[in-house]
Amino acid sequence: MVGTYLNLIVQGALLGGLYAIFALGLSLSVGVMRFVNIAHGDFIVLMSFLLLVLSSVLKLNVLLVLPLVIPLAFAAGYVLQRLLLQRVIGDNALLPLLVTFGLSIIVQNGLLQGVGADTRTLSAGALDVASVQIGGLSIGVLPLLTFAVAVALAFGLDWLLYRSRLGAHIRAVTLDVAAADLIGLSSVRVYAIAMGIVGITVAIAACFMGLRMNFDPTSGPSRLLIAFEVVVLGGLGSLRGSLLGGIILGIAQTIGGQIDGAWQTLAGHIVFLTIFLLRPQGLLPRY
Amino acid sequence: MQHVPANQPLIIAVSRIVLLGGALALMVAPRFLDPGGLTMLTEFLCLLVLALMWNLLAGYADIVTVGQHAFVGIGAYAFYGAAVLLRLDPYLAIAAAGVVALIIALPAMLIVFRLRAAYLAVGTWVVAEVLMLAAGKLPNFGFGSGVSLPVAVAREFGARPAERFATIYWLALALAIAAFLSTWLLLRSRVGLGLTAMRDNEEAAGAMGVNLLRSRIVCFLWTAPFLGLAGAIITLQKLRISPAASFSIIDWTVFVIFIVVIGGIGSLEGPILGTILFFVLREHLATLGTWHLIILGTLSIVVILIEPRGLWGLLRKALGGDVIPVSHAARADFGKAEAP
Repeated sequence: MVGTYLNLIVQGALLGGLYAIFALGLSLSVGVMRFVNIAHGDFIVLMSFLLLVLSSVLKLNVLLVLPLVIPLAFAAGYVLQRLLLQRVIGDNALLPLLVTFGLSIIVQNGLLQGVGADTRTLSAGALDVASVQIGGLSIGVLPLLTFAVAVALAFGLDWLLYRSRLGAHIRAVTLDVAAADLIGLSSVRVYAIAMGIVGITVAIAACFMGLRMNFDPTSGPSRLLIAFEVVVLGGLGSLRGSLLGGIILGIAQTIGGQIDGAWQTLAGHIVFLTIFLLRPQGLLPRY
Repeated sequence: MQHVPANQPLIIAVSRIVLLGGALALMVAPRFLDPGGLTMLTEFLCLLVLALMWNLLAGYADIVTVGQHAFVGIGAYAFYGAAVLLRLDPYLAIAAAGVVALIIALPAMLIVFRLRAAYLAVGTWVVAEVLMLAAGKLPNFGFGSGVSLPVAVAREFGARPAERFATIYWLALALAIAAFLSTWLLLRSRVGLGLTAMRDNEEAAGAMGVNLLRSRIVCFLWTAPFLGLAGAIITLQKLRISPAASFSIIDWTVFVIFIVVIGGIGSLEGPILGTILFFVLREHLATLGTWHLIILGTLSIVVILIEPRGLWGLLRKALGGDVIPVSHAARADFGKAEAP
């Protein structure tokens, strides 16, 4: 019995690694550009489909296709920010929200039109089912890899944002656009680079999501809700908090799903709302 | 300096007559329309109510909700529960839908008002998702697949289908008129004045003593019963409740946001214009399936880029004034010294 629950907690925590990857990009775009990208989940799903198509066309393992897609994802984020989102960010938080809302619906229905409503998954070949024995628990290699990537990404982004030159630029623009422009930073360029980095996290999230769970063109909103809950649980602007938030949500869902399959999603939401009411600033607030 | 056409008062007077004419046409419509047309007009009125409510929240009270469909669903389920399970008088059951929506809005507020600005949108979505999933767990309401409204309940609104459609139409029209007039009065009251002041300059409004939180709470609670009542009327028309359809985010939130954004957010004319346009587009695009939503999404982004106040924002520039005045004009002697 204890073994069962230990197993659930470990599996849940590993699932939480995936959720943290969902959330990192959202956390970055909220922290830097001060708006929640409603299309975040749909972008992840769109990238999953891109990976699916490319890996079948190139006949390559999807984990090998990912490095090819990452520059593309950076460019897509950069261009999206430069050409569209840059026009609406500013004092009125309503406008970027509504624009990304429109994008979300366009992506969902574009995918429905383009690839149909079928449910898909990605495959990494033999890695899909490989597992290792640790302390009597059988743990999948893929979930373990996902978790490792999540940790690396969280600490990497944290370093980038708070220790690097580029991070200093991004934070300067976030604090005061006019002052940043005054000292010679191009805020437009900095925003675009930040969104490009978000694009990279989206591509990574897409790869590991597709390997771990089913997706279809309308899966985006549920991924957005998870990413959002993780960001709020972790504490706004805290990338390492996202890791913790992801783990909590993953464990809550896994245990909920064990009690009754239909309760998986609901259990996650209820744990989120409960913690949020008790601790609205999040678990590891950055500021 | 605002552009004011030479014959501005005339244009505005004509616009108001058109608006009144439209309202009168709705009053006599049942005499001339077949059941199909009447059904569509009922849908139009329900969607108009939802659009007016979303506009009040997003356009005035700074509560950009993506969870509006939750209250429509709650209304549907409350109506079913009251009419079928509790066997209340069906008209009383409709009223119960509004009351239950209001009651559920109270705890929902605890969560929603802790989130600011951008977070609020997704926060409301989470709350709506929870309510929808919870509705699917209710044993007496058919769990996840839902349940049909018994024929006996539907008959209470008219023995023959034609009578029933007419009754439902009158209910929808009454709700739409009540929603429109009361929202208009709310916006012209102290609450609305404070919200408009807040929209223009939040700090100055606060410094002048506008109680921001109270105004926002009033608006949030204001919309809940209207959404619940609309949910009950929609259920009467569809004769079925289910988590997927009663809490449909596409039907009761996505379309509504597009209607208000394209028509013009932050005005009363905008939602009306948007709803009319939406139905015209729907007649032509509905057969296109997914393209319908792609076109609406693109249109809404284009409108935001060109004029954040929507089509009505563009028209208003041409007209040079409001057709439905929400603001109060300054009195002619405003600012002049008192006569000795």
